[in-house]
Amino acid sequence: MIRLALYLLCGAIFGAGLALSGMVNPAKVTGFLDIGRAWDPSLAATMGGAVVTTFLLYWAARRRSRSLLGDEMPKPPSQRVDLALIGGAIVFGLGWGLAGICPAPAFAVAVLNPLALWFVAGLAAGVMGYGLIGRLTSSPD
Amino acid sequence: MTTIVALTAVDWEMAAAGGILIGLAAGGLMLGAGKVAGASTIVARALEGRLEAILFLVGLPLGAWAVSAALGLSIPVAFAAPWRLVAAGLLVGFGARLGNGCTSGHAVCGLARLSRRSLVATLTFMAAAMAVVAVMGGAPS
Repeated sequence: MIRLALYLLCGAIFGAGLALSGMVNPAKVTGFLDIGRAWDPSLAATMGGAVVTTFLLYWAARRRSRSLLGDEMPKPPSQRVDLALIGGAIVFGLGWGLAGICPAPAFAVAVLNPLALWFVAGLAAGVMGYGLIGRLTSSPD
Repeated sequence: MTTIVALTAVDWEMAAAGGILIGLAAGGLMLGAGKVAGASTIVARALEGRLEAILFLVGLPLGAWAVSAALGLSIPVAFAAPWRLVAAGLLVGFGARLGNGCTSGHAVCGLARLSRRSLVATLTFMAAAMAVVAVMGGAPS
C-alpha cells in the first residue's frame, strides 16, 4: 500500500515538474531543439535542475544498503556502449523531434490536452512491438 | 541564422523549478523503492499489468493538472497532426526499448548515475531530434 502511494506520489511530482518546466508543450520542446533558427535554451535549466537534484538524492540513496521500503539498490550502471544503444537513441530522437513530445510528458499532458493520447497510443504500440520482436527472435525455434 | 528567443527571469525559474521537481520525484523513487524512474521502462511494466507502474503513469497527469490549475499555466495546444503523433510515438516507444531508456531514464536518471551509456544515448537522441527539427521545421503543425 505504501509502495503504491509512493509510485503515485512520485508520478504526480514528476508530472508537476514536467508541466511547470514546459516539457509538456511541444512548441517549447521544439524551440529547445531548434538550435539553427529561433532557439529557446531554457529547457537546459530543466535538465540541469533535474540531473543535479537526482544526483544528490541518488548519492544519499547509495549510502543505504536498502531502500526505505526494503528493496535492494540497483547495481552501478553498465558502461558498455553498443549498436542497440546508439540505434535505439537515434530512432527515439527521430520520434522526439517529429512530435516535440516524449513518454512522460505525453502522459502528463493527456488530461490537459487529449490530443497527446495519439502519441500515447503509438508509444504503447512501439513498446509492445519491441517486446514482440524480442520474443520472436529469442525463441529457440 | 540562429537567434535566441527572448526569455524572462520567470521563464528560467519555471524551467529550473520544474527540473528540480522532476529530480525530487526521480530521487524519491530511488530512495523509497530502489528504482530508476525511466518512463519508457515504466510504460513497459504498466503494459504487463504492474499496478505500481500504472499508478506512476496515473500520477503524471494528476500532478501536471494540479500545478497547471494552481498556477494558471497555459494549456499546450499546438500538437502535431494525429498521424504524426502516432508515428512519433511508435518511433519513441520502439527506440526507447531498443536503446534501454528515454529522456527520463538516460538524460535524467542515467546522467545522475554518471553512466557513460546514458551520456552517449542523450547526446545521440538530442542530435537526432535536432536534425529532424532542422529538416522538418520548428513548431508542430
